[in-house]
Amino acid sequence: MDLTTTYMGMKLKHPIVASSSPLSGSVSNIKRLEDAGAAAVVMFSLFEEQLKHESAALEHLMTAGTESFAESLSYLPEVDDYTVGPDTYLDLLRRASEAVDIPVIGSLNGITNTGWIEYAQLMQQAGAKGIELNIYYIPADLTTTGREVEERYIKIVKAVKESVTIPVAVKLSPFFSAIGSMAKALDNVGADALVLFNRFYQPDFDLEKLDVAPNLNLSTPDEIRLPLLWIAVLYGKLRSSLGATRGVHTPIEVVKYLMAGADAVMTTSALLKNGADYLTTLRDGLQTWMEVNHYDSVTQMKGSMSQQNVADPTAFERANYIKTLESFKSDYI
Amino acid sequence: MTERQVTTIDGNEAAAYVAYRVNEVCTIYPITPSSTMAELADQWASEGVKNIWGSVPLVMEMQSEGGAAGAAHGALQTGALTTTFTASQGLMLMIPNMYKIAGELTSAVFHVAARSLATQGLSIFGDHQDVMAVRPTGFCLLASGSVQEAHDMALIAQAATLEARVPFIHFFDGFRTSHEVNKLTLLSDDDIRAMIRDDLVLAHRTRALNPDRPFIRGTAQNPDVYFQSRETVNPFYAKVPDIVQAAMDKFAGITGRRYNLFDYFGDPNAERVVVLMGSGQETACETAAYLNARGEKVGVIQVRLYQPLSARHFLAALPASVKSIAVLDRTKEPGATGEPMYLEVVNTLVEAQIEGTLPMPVLPRIIGGRYGLSSKEFTPAMVKAVFDELSKARPKNHFTVGIIDDVTHTSLDIDASFMIESDKVVRAMFYGLGADGTVGANKNSIKIIGDDPEFYAQGYFVYDSKKSGSQTVSHLRFGPDPIRAPYLVQSANFIGCHQFNFLDRGDVLKNAAQGAVLLLNTSPHEPEEAWDRLPHPVQEQIIAKKLKVHAINAEKVARDNGMGTRINTIMQTCFFAISGVLPRDKAIEKIKYSIKKSYMRKGEEVVRKNFEAVDNTLANLREIPVPAQATSTRKLPLVVPANAPEFVQKVTAMMMAGRGDELPVSALPVDGTYPSATTQWEKRNISNFVPVWEPDVCIQCGNCSMVCPHGVIRSKFYNEASLDSAPKAFRTAPIDARGFPDIRYTLQVYLEDCTGCGLCVEVCPAKSKEQTGRKAINMALKEPVLEDEKANVRFFETLPEMDRGRVDFSTVRGVQFLPPLFEFSGACAGCGETPYVKLLSQLFGDRLLVANATGCSSIYGGNLPTTPWTVNNEGRGPAWSNSLFEDNAEFGLGFRLTADKHLEYARELLLALAGPLGQAQVDELLDAEQLTEMDIRRQRSRVADLKQRLREINDPRAAQLLAVADQLVRRSVWIVGGDGWAYDIGSSGVDHVLASGRDVNILVMDTEVYSNTGGQMSKSTPMGAVAKFAAAGKQIGKKDVALQAISYGNVYVARIALGANPQQALLAFREAEAYQGPSLILAYSHCIAHGINMQRGLDQQHLAVECGHWPLFRYNPMVRESDENPFVLDSGRPKIPLKKYAYNEVRYKVLTHTNPAEAERLMDLAQQGINRRWSVYEDMATRSGGTFVPKFK
Repeated sequence: MDLTTTYMGMKLKHPIVASSSPLSGSVSNIKRLEDAGAAAVVMFSLFEEQLKHESAALEHLMTAGTESFAESLSYLPEVDDYTVGPDTYLDLLRRASEAVDIPVIGSLNGITNTGWIEYAQLMQQAGAKGIELNIYYIPADLTTTGREVEERYIKIVKAVKESVTIPVAVKLSPFFSAIGSMAKALDNVGADALVLFNRFYQPDFDLEKLDVAPNLNLSTPDEIRLPLLWIAVLYGKLRSSLGATRGVHTPIEVVKYLMAGADAVMTTSALLKNGADYLTTLRDGLQTWMEVNHYDSVTQMKGSMSQQNVADPTAFERANYIKTLESFKSDYI
Repeated sequence: MTERQVTTIDGNEAAAYVAYRVNEVCTIYPITPSSTMAELADQWASEGVKNIWGSVPLVMEMQSEGGAAGAAHGALQTGALTTTFTASQGLMLMIPNMYKIAGELTSAVFHVAARSLATQGLSIFGDHQDVMAVRPTGFCLLASGSVQEAHDMALIAQAATLEARVPFIHFFDGFRTSHEVNKLTLLSDDDIRAMIRDDLVLAHRTRALNPDRPFIRGTAQNPDVYFQSRETVNPFYAKVPDIVQAAMDKFAGITGRRYNLFDYFGDPNAERVVVLMGSGQETACETAAYLNARGEKVGVIQVRLYQPLSARHFLAALPASVKSIAVLDRTKEPGATGEPMYLEVVNTLVEAQIEGTLPMPVLPRIIGGRYGLSSKEFTPAMVKAVFDELSKARPKNHFTVGIIDDVTHTSLDIDASFMIESDKVVRAMFYGLGADGTVGANKNSIKIIGDDPEFYAQGYFVYDSKKSGSQTVSHLRFGPDPIRAPYLVQSANFIGCHQFNFLDRGDVLKNAAQGAVLLLNTSPHEPEEAWDRLPHPVQEQIIAKKLKVHAINAEKVARDNGMGTRINTIMQTCFFAISGVLPRDKAIEKIKYSIKKSYMRKGEEVVRKNFEAVDNTLANLREIPVPAQATSTRKLPLVVPANAPEFVQKVTAMMMAGRGDELPVSALPVDGTYPSATTQWEKRNISNFVPVWEPDVCIQCGNCSMVCPHGVIRSKFYNEASLDSAPKAFRTAPIDARGFPDIRYTLQVYLEDCTGCGLCVEVCPAKSKEQTGRKAINMALKEPVLEDEKANVRFFETLPEMDRGRVDFSTVRGVQFLPPLFEFSGACAGCGETPYVKLLSQLFGDRLLVANATGCSSIYGGNLPTTPWTVNNEGRGPAWSNSLFEDNAEFGLGFRLTADKHLEYARELLLALAGPLGQAQVDELLDAEQLTEMDIRRQRSRVADLKQRLREINDPRAAQLLAVADQLVRRSVWIVGGDGWAYDIGSSGVDHVLASGRDVNILVMDTEVYSNTGGQMSKSTPMGAVAKFAAAGKQIGKKDVALQAISYGNVYVARIALGANPQQALLAFREAEAYQGPSLILAYSHCIAHGINMQRGLDQQHLAVECGHWPLFRYNPMVRESDENPFVLDSGRPKIPLKKYAYNEVRYKVLTHTNPAEAERLMDLAQQGINRRWSVYEDMATRSGGTFVPKFK
């Protein structure tokens, strides 16, 4: 049984990757993920905005109230040797890369052009085997056009690709008018992988406090539909690898994503819910399914139900809607 | 000679630098102004800086100065070279050990930033009262008079003590030297090694206690040998002067800097000589030089080794031509025939005359005088006044200089126009706000200029008495020669006014020299509008003094560059751009270099923002044309309103205006007694943003009023008919209660007293239905609403006060109607302590006695000029006092003992006078229940009747009863302080008072750190938090004083957090007060020293409870009477991990940046600690009552 796959140009022992989550917050956890069988680990994201905010907040809070009152000219010990900025992240990335044999992929969320480039370079220097660009952008400004948003993505990917030599993946938003064209454009500027889709943390309302609650909830298996559709559509049409993320809770979702055409299948929620060891369950489950269903390799499965390989390619397009309605009618009326 | 490093540091660092390098153990405890020495020692140790023997000294914080001295004694006895750093009351606490250390002939140096003692009032400032008070201990006293000397004498003292075997106090003037920043030549480690003889160090170790060659020391001695033993030390003391002089000579050989036991400066044939020690000597010497140049035969003797005072050396230093001598003591010994140094000099000269060794033919006239107490300025004009006095045929003896004594007429007249400032020196004054970073920027400028080999630089900083919205005045001098001017700038050729409204308050231009440069921050206005906005007298001063005015809207530049309100870099750039101290380009380059150096570790972003601010500053700086005539019609506002009481008008207002130095002795109370209720006259207007009440959204819950740290939110309900005369803008709402259709409610914000902390908005639970972002109270710009709201406050004050008997004391909603008798304090904006103090004053204020431990609460509660404890409309209010730091529990117990004794006596007298008073009335008074406010009010009425009757009874016992009758109304005694007091220095007192069984209430406002002295670790500091003396994170958990107190069984104990559960806090206060035994309330107090956004302080309190760091509970011994469980947990099981609370605070967070692995380890341990403690509490809460100590009857 050959479970190997190639993702972002990297040969992985199987397609299941631990995606960006708090689980990758320490070397010991990353080691646990490796021990549980992860084929690769995407680190939690380095948020440029958070670093800037933290740096400014520390500066403000460490000096607040100082040099104001004769008895208490300062309130905290003078610390010369503290690090803000990306150092902590990079240090973890460096130590993790050294501690495990599987590829460790950095994840970056920038806000400035310089930030994207500098931090990507630093990640490469720290030993990242690849970088996933976590481009998170809510165009709340009503004057921003769709085209502008697209260009922003393309510009970032192009800039990062030009500044590093390790492979670069892009975690895509599902909110483009034409995902296919967007994917192609990113492919054209050199993206080594597209990860479908970024799961934006949409805020909830706290009715008790009448506040916007920025909490997050875990994904559910039925969330695989949208990425499944687009992976199936994109399979075979791009140079870049395809990563699937969202809704992977059982080996079944892994199989479906692979059949749609994913080169790697990522999971967060299932691991947060069940622990790092659940990776073993997913991997073993995939293997069992393949055995039961007589598949020899992941390569054999990959894209087997993509748009270009299914019996009815239009099933992924508008006809899909009609068929659904028809089946609905025939079943119940 | 080797090239030595030249640097610009303050006196504390100068002394500590050496002390650290020549010791193995430092036992420390924070006390202003010496704390910095201890902090530096701790910091260096944590950074691995080594002493001259290549080892990192061991630095140990103790629980008090008494503890520090004890530990020092022990370390010395066992052979470690040991030092400590202290001042004032701290040195007083060391006295018992000092006798021992000296009696045992131990080599040690204690470094003291000499400070006033607490007498009629506490003062943190400098004089020699503390060091003079330890004269009899046997310690030698070696004085430094400048920053360089503090550095050098620290070493000379150490070298001398090792040889002499007699311990030394090395002291320098608190603040004036300890906090003056000046350029000095640093001693290299080789210099230090060359001075310290290793054979003497080894001898010190050989004398140590050692079980391998045992002996005992510290015996009890009897009349047969004690006396003779006491005399055995004489030879050692006799040798001290020569040993010290030899050390000074050796030092001169190594460094080229020559010192003598007594240094004479001035005309070799001087006829008039001033003798003094400490920082005043530089002023005296410079003045003498100035007068010498003008032909006056004057001179100065600087005393370095004051004790033992060597007559031989003194007489050798004194010119034989001297005819009159003035000895200046920076101390006061009431009732003495003279101050100590005066007496020493008289004694020296008289003994010399008797012995025939007097160098002059006739005994000179000797007079003594006092100067400079509590850092009172000592200027050249004062020195001249002393020299002038010496010229008189009958000079005044026992004089004072620097004040106006119109009571006993001791003071000398001074010609204030006499100045000797050199024209070669740039003299700059900067007026800033504490929060705007002015002082920090000036310290940086001093470094920049001081680093230039062509310049010398000096800086001294004056702070005001408030912790929020405080004004700072920086005094900077730069020049080509060493700057020897330890007094404030008197004639400034550069004035920076960093806050525009300062020009309305104090006389900012008073010290401006003719033709000086004035740099104005005109924010919030543009520079072009500045001239027209100046008051008329300020314009006149500018014209008369021909000032050149430059202006910038610094806040705008700061804002535009993402720097918030920190205008420091901008104003610093302006200073360099226009002062011409350094060439502009060179200066800007240096500013940028220093920005990079200071902020690099805080991130590129901070550096970039500062760089941009520098560049944009130059583009926005304007020179303002000054017209020939003043154009403004605006006068300066009154300091206090015309209706303020006489004392406030005549005394307090002078202090408020920065003119307290002009107050004569007669203006001041003789015994430290000051009137209550004075903050109300000081409308500080320190915040541009204030809360505005929205009546339509408000649910009248009282939370905002409850948490307001400054007492600026008041509530009243009243009949709507009262509104007839209300101003148009007066805000009102129907009361939110059924059955009162005519009753209205108003929440009034005292805008002028608000610090803008925003806690009220954070705590407000009510939100508009239509616009959820709008609460019932919201922050808004003050200016548009100020005038309306001032009128509203005036009207609000005419509305009747609530009848306390009708107020529901049991709910937060009800308590809002009790006027706070603690208002408008100078605590930090958003202070976590003051809401508790205010609540105390609301609940029991009219019968409250407060004993306040030294610390933040004694400072915001009692620092002049204005104080916040106030009175109600009956004239009653809290009686407040501060004794010391260490004795507060005992002090407060004393209040109770008086109350108990006088009550007992009153009851005895009542019984004795039952005949004339009537048995029924007496019985009522004796049997009255005083549980509810209504009970108290009835008893007050009975006592009023009683006093009326007593005045009519002609019986001496009636007069006695009249004096104690007030005690028949139950007094509420509260002992208040912080964790530094309760957990550390006052811990044993707290314990003893709790064990006394007496009806006292102890309120510990627990900030988990020494807040007032600047964030040092206490035993309350939690594990994993960083604090001064725990820079690597506190390694052990905080002490659970609640459990300690509970173990007595009869102590009421509550742990409260207003931000988590105000209702529980209120309940705890009421239960504690009602319980007629000892009570202890531990109140979580968020603090600026936590490194938090103070606006989120209450949220942090909530999280502290949620994570289990601060579980809420009450242990009420009363419950034991019914055999119930007295321990009630008022908060639920921890819901969130500790880190979710902790990492919102820099005190925890910073460790994740300095040492992430250690942060993780400590956080993990702390979490385990919380889990374990919770299970203990939960177990206690679920036990049956019978398992607790029974209620003591």
